[in-house]
Amino acid sequence: EALVINDPDFQHEDLNFLSRSQRYEQAIRKSALMVMKLREYGIADPEEIYWFKSFVHRGRPEPLDLHLGMFLPTLLTQATPEQQDRFFMPAWNLEIIGTYAQTEMGHGTHLRGLETTATYDPATQEFILNSPTVTSIKWWPGGLGKTSNHAIVLAQLYTQGQCKGLHAFIVPIRQLGTHEPLPGITVGDIGPKFGYDEMDNGYLKMDNFRIPRENMLMKYAQVEPDGTYVKPLSDKLTYGTMVFIRSLIVGDSARSLSRACTIAIRYSAVRHQSELKPGEPEPQILDYQTQQYKLFPLLATAYAFHFVGAYIKDTYRRISGDINEGDLSELPELHALTAGLKAFTSWTANAGIEECRMACGGHGYSRCSGIPDIYVTFTPSCTYEGENTVMMLQTARFLVKSYTQVSSGQRVTGMVSYLNDLSRQRIQPQHVAARTVTVRINDPVSLVEAYKARAARLVEAAAKNLQAELNHRKSKEDAWNRTSVDLVRASEAHCHYVIVKLFTAKLSEISNAAVRAVMTELSLLYALYGISKNTGDFLQAGILTDAQITQVNQRVKELLAIIRPNAVALVDSFDFHDVHLGSVLGRYDGNVYENMFEWAKKSPLNKTEVHESFHKHLKLMQAKL
Amino acid sequence: GMNPDLASERQTASFSVEKLTAWLDGGAEHTRIRRAVVEAIECDPVFSRENQYFQSQNERYEAAVRKAVHLQKKMHEMGWTEDGPEFKYIYRALSGDIAFLLHRIFMRSISVLGSKQQTAKWIPLATQYQLIGSYAQTELGHGTYLQGLETTAVFDITTQEFILNTPKISAMKWWPGDMGRSATHTVVFAQLYVHGKCYGVHPFIVQIRSLQDHSLCPGITAGDIGPKMNFEHVDNGYLMLQNVRVPRENMLNKFCEVQPDGTYARWGSQKINYFTMTTVRISLISDEAVIPLMKACTIAIRYSVVRRQSKLKPGEQEAKILDYQTQQEKLLPQLAAAYAFHFISNYLQELFDKVYREIQRKMFDTLPELHAFSSGFKAMVTQYCTSAVAICLQACGGHGYSLLSGLPSLYTKIVASCIYEGENTILLLQTARFLIKCFMAASTGQPVPPSVTYLAAVKPGKCPAKNKLDFLSPDVYTEAYQHMAARLISSTAAKLQDLIQSGVKKTDAWNQCTVQLVQAAKAHCHYITVKNFAETVEKLETKAGIQKIMKHLCDLFALHGIFSNGGVFLHDGYVSGAQMDMVTASYLDLLAVIRKDAVPLVDAFDFTDKSLNSALGSYDGQVYQRLYEWAQKSPTNKQMSPAYERYLKPLLHNTLSKL
Repeated sequence: EALVINDPDFQHEDLNFLSRSQRYEQAIRKSALMVMKLREYGIADPEEIYWFKSFVHRGRPEPLDLHLGMFLPTLLTQATPEQQDRFFMPAWNLEIIGTYAQTEMGHGTHLRGLETTATYDPATQEFILNSPTVTSIKWWPGGLGKTSNHAIVLAQLYTQGQCKGLHAFIVPIRQLGTHEPLPGITVGDIGPKFGYDEMDNGYLKMDNFRIPRENMLMKYAQVEPDGTYVKPLSDKLTYGTMVFIRSLIVGDSARSLSRACTIAIRYSAVRHQSELKPGEPEPQILDYQTQQYKLFPLLATAYAFHFVGAYIKDTYRRISGDINEGDLSELPELHALTAGLKAFTSWTANAGIEECRMACGGHGYSRCSGIPDIYVTFTPSCTYEGENTVMMLQTARFLVKSYTQVSSGQRVTGMVSYLNDLSRQRIQPQHVAARTVTVRINDPVSLVEAYKARAARLVEAAAKNLQAELNHRKSKEDAWNRTSVDLVRASEAHCHYVIVKLFTAKLSEISNAAVRAVMTELSLLYALYGISKNTGDFLQAGILTDAQITQVNQRVKELLAIIRPNAVALVDSFDFHDVHLGSVLGRYDGNVYENMFEWAKKSPLNKTEVHESFHKHLKLMQAKL
Repeated sequence: GMNPDLASERQTASFSVEKLTAWLDGGAEHTRIRRAVVEAIECDPVFSRENQYFQSQNERYEAAVRKAVHLQKKMHEMGWTEDGPEFKYIYRALSGDIAFLLHRIFMRSISVLGSKQQTAKWIPLATQYQLIGSYAQTELGHGTYLQGLETTAVFDITTQEFILNTPKISAMKWWPGDMGRSATHTVVFAQLYVHGKCYGVHPFIVQIRSLQDHSLCPGITAGDIGPKMNFEHVDNGYLMLQNVRVPRENMLNKFCEVQPDGTYARWGSQKINYFTMTTVRISLISDEAVIPLMKACTIAIRYSVVRRQSKLKPGEQEAKILDYQTQQEKLLPQLAAAYAFHFISNYLQELFDKVYREIQRKMFDTLPELHAFSSGFKAMVTQYCTSAVAICLQACGGHGYSLLSGLPSLYTKIVASCIYEGENTILLLQTARFLIKCFMAASTGQPVPPSVTYLAAVKPGKCPAKNKLDFLSPDVYTEAYQHMAARLISSTAAKLQDLIQSGVKKTDAWNQCTVQLVQAAKAHCHYITVKNFAETVEKLETKAGIQKIMKHLCDLFALHGIFSNGGVFLHDGYVSGAQMDMVTASYLDLLAVIRKDAVPLVDAFDFTDKSLNSALGSYDGQVYQRLYEWAQKSPTNKQMSPAYERYLKPLLHNTLSKL
């Protein structure tokens, strides 16, 4: 961190005042420098590279993200040794800058619908790549627009007249040396977006573009010189990468929300407004219950997601070990769980960042608050790497499958094991809802049970509704579609349960008593706030009574007052450097107003005292009227 | 050509789109005038927004000023006047992308707060644009809480002038539009001091820039506050005053005055100061919240029938994404909300006109109700519409994030409406204060305004619905909303009373109940919105086709609210668990029904392609072609990036030797 922050080479003007082209240029400059410095310092550990990178780019995307994060790893995992010889070192040395071109204009999460074709021509032993329709143009890949000279392109493979599904191909797109697009390649930037100014997300259109047979990534599937297709051993392996990337998004949800909370809570301690008691000085806005109610549950959420992110990472590491030994048994559950948690955490963090910004009043809207930037950088994660609703439905598919297994007498394990209880319930004639859980609202463990009961009830309800639809209709897909709102709710309840459970489980691992005490308060707040926001589920299922709901609401407000004295310390613990936070409102020293003034003076509109449009337009109008 | 997927949607409409449009406009004649205005504006290249997404802050500002200047000419040419029927459509036709909006607030505040002499002096100058006005209320340190403003205006009896000062950095005026670069004058709100005594916040007309060369006047420091999430075209400004003197006549004095000898005199209601704000709050509901939501719905729904993804049935073509229940559940409630809030905006406008007529006759009795309503609905509608636009954006998958979709700028603009003209939480608390007062009055048998008489009749009860179809009865759900709102208000009032009786100070008790109070105020506004929607539909009985689809939308809006806030309806057993399942079933059924008319329902909003300015939402549905064409226009594609020569090339070629 200090290495980067103190390095004069990485300094530049405040990005808020730069145009998109300038921001791209700055990012490229820093990326180029970064690569040189990483090698100069001999930093090679992926974790250390990640930290170095995130300080250089202050948590923002950069044009080499896809090269480092997708192109190189894909070469490592899917290229044959020969291909590695040809491509890996040049790519490592940045003679080749690559990207990963999967998404098309017409298709995103639904991969099977991709339309780009790669047709094998045995006569020349080449693949002929084509973008047959407008919708098949590759669209969105980062670094594709201006930076990359190669791309790993996903295309439908045709050989011997048959479609063999999606495969990956290494495609050169720009001339080495001049950087001009190659004949048959149309490539460019997709234009301005909501944030991501530093990134040249691009388009790519290919017209009868030929690449040698050896450019298909052939570690698993292969096309032989005569066009014979050799199938890969297992297609489950690709899940691994997806799980890994989605687990990163969970961590990113925690981090982005933590940053927004840091800014909003510090600023709320600095800002004074109105009066609580007549005649007294204006209080800090953090003393208002409504302000605490906006921010502290989000603070608790940021901590909760932090623990969830760590859990997935650990689980992934553990399971990857098993996968390498050929054991894929745990992969389906992890895959299902990370899909849902990716959606749950990114949705929550996305809304939470905006709540933090709104809690900063008008000044939150200024780019000097830094929160608009956090928001626009984070918000696409609700869509990329799997659109959230689709992710929730993937989790639901797993939940329904588990429920069906339990119904047919099998037992399920892992996070869904609570479904086993449902079969015991069935012996009694009553609805699962009527099951009485005696919930003690001050006991985190008891609250986990309440969430478990809610998840069980919603999974069961969705599964039963699905069955009812199936009894009415012929098509499975139709029934699934007509139940999908219920299914998403069930997934959400399941994820919510998992998060409350993981947060609660974490408490016993904390050795320092004072830290454990404050974390216990946060975990209680997280769980109780979640109940108060979803009272309908808990009431309808009979998990909690009216009187208990009233107590929960009351307890939430008490916890706000209890957490209040520790609020600033709790965000300071996230330990974001001012440079990384990039916020005038969230400064560690709290000198907000004078620095806002300093910041504003640098605005491009203030470059001259009298703006040129006065001479061009105003003066003219005044003279005429 | 027309995208066949979009064309097919229009063939099955259950009602006449043209008739619905006319009804929304308040009559076919209004539709005709609106279209004429839109046409005149859009065919004029000066008003083009074509390259907007590619422009810098400086370019956007300059374009906005150019348009504002050109608009004066245009109005003259077309014979449009500020009192004419065309005027209200101009802003819509420009999508608000124009400078000098604060100039109008400047004029309005002088008309409302100024004496006859002041109006006679300033309004003609402003109308002729001999000066450009702004409205400087908000400070760096204070926004919605006006009493806390720190700018001072001290009366100097010897020179008969006010001396204005910014005593500290947090007192600097901050945010006023048009003030950063354009304005020559502004209405400054400052604490008035006479003979050392503070009389509270008052408005003063202050010149800040030279009328000759536009340079800053002595004692004035002013400039632009820097980039924001949106409003790049507006020069929101800061203003620091150092011993700036203005004549005694520059204090707006319709309702109060400092006489030459320093005597302070006041007449009329103090509440009138809030009247300008009330006016602005009501007009912004439609202009800044409902219309943007209608646009977002138009874009997202049209795109959702063009985009096909995955298969619903094996062997068939990929399905339109609007055929997925989850997509319907995202978008159709937002569409229903756009209609609901359009009607609430009409309702408020009527209430406003009534109160305005009374104020002209110096009757101020209904002002508190109007103030409470405008605050509550401003907060509720802007918040709801902001979330709704965000949902529309996210429902468009990746392409929603492209600026070319039009959705990011709709979002970043509407989101500001939650803060400006009164921060929403504070506004809801104002409404809550009014409701608690009315509840107390009603429970002791005193008269209360008609809109809150329901508070007098809070009683326990059960929802009478027996099956899911019963929930399609407006009486059933309106009653449920009324019960829920009354319960939340009465239980909060009881809680307040308990705290006070147990010895907690009133102000502390209030703060301890604020979370509940906010919830109660929202519940009240939600109830009135549902009730007003149902009544609007009922009055429509003659227009069969339209009434039917409006009834569906009203049902959807109401049931969506119950479905997504289940807890507050279940809480005291008014709605049972079994009834909640009926609500869910009816609600999901409605989605499939409204789905069929979704495209005609957004077509009826009647936005031109130019006003949507969206590659995803055009009338012809040629989404992908347009995205591709528009992307080519991006400046990043026009020239070779200097980044290649400067950084990429050395990286690609020379770094190896260094490594």
